[in-house]
Amino acid sequence: MVRAVGNEADLLGRLREHDETAFVELVEAYHTRLVRFAQTFVSSGPAAEDVAQDTWVAVIKGLERFEERSSLQTWLFRICANRARTRSGIDYRLLPIGAPGATVGRDHFDSKGAWIDPPEPWPDIDDRLAAATLAPLALAAIDGLPEPQRQVVTLRDVEGLSSQETCEVLSISEANQRVLLHRARTRVRAAIAPASRGGST
Amino acid sequence: MTFLTRDLACQQAVELVTDYLEGRLSRRHRKRFERHLAGCPNCSAYLDQIRQTINLTGQMTPESLEPAARDELIDLFRKYTRDPDQAD
Ligand SMILES: [Zn+2]
Repeated sequence: MVRAVGNEADLLGRLREHDETAFVELVEAYHTRLVRFAQTFVSSGPAAEDVAQDTWVAVIKGLERFEERSSLQTWLFRICANRARTRSGIDYRLLPIGAPGATVGRDHFDSKGAWIDPPEPWPDIDDRLAAATLAPLALAAIDGLPEPQRQVVTLRDVEGLSSQETCEVLSISEANQRVLLHRARTRVRAAIAPASRGGST
Repeated sequence: MTFLTRDLACQQAVELVTDYLEGRLSRRHRKRFERHLAGCPNCSAYLDQIRQTINLTGQMTPESLEPAARDELIDLFRKYTRDPDQAD
């Protein structure tokens, strides 16, 4: 899963002294993750690379001003989100979140709300082989999500940020974050369900 | 009171899964949800699948950093730390 950097305060101190090895450590831990996150905002791979580079420039320039109220990780992803938004030119504050509503298709339930086609139990997908088969499906499902859902599920479930960190990075409320996460997880599950049924061998 | 404590329908229960996993249900709603799960293998299976989905998503390891990209970033670092005032 996610590689964390070692002692954050120590790393930050070294960065502020312009210690190149500290920067390399940070870049090794975060660059490709920032690119992956940037891809949820901008369409092309090269554009996402540019956003990640912009992020590093802003990080280097902002080291002195970084106040340790948030974690280094939150700070990195937040700068990345802001850079990506600037580049894409979309005003994300205007994107509708939508009201919480049913996400699991109505057609799965009868008029009383009972399952018509209950979920069939999955075999143990924690098994490595099964995960190798299913991961690409989950990834494709995430790529196909509406942007705000994709951003939330990427931060929460792919990157392993907490809900508070995710809200800070995206400047959204906890309630909105939860609605978006719910929809995203519902859709990712639905995307891998057919392949999970009846084993994945 | 009968209305409030009436059992959840499955269709309602599945929409509470994220609130439940996030620990955002009130005590009373959590109890009601758990009571539903205890009597409903279908929604229990559903919750389990959401958990497995989360685990699977968490296993997507990031690509490793290309040496060329790494060198480019180190150049950026040198550029902006050597002469920060001239940056941009
Ligand atoms: Zn049920």
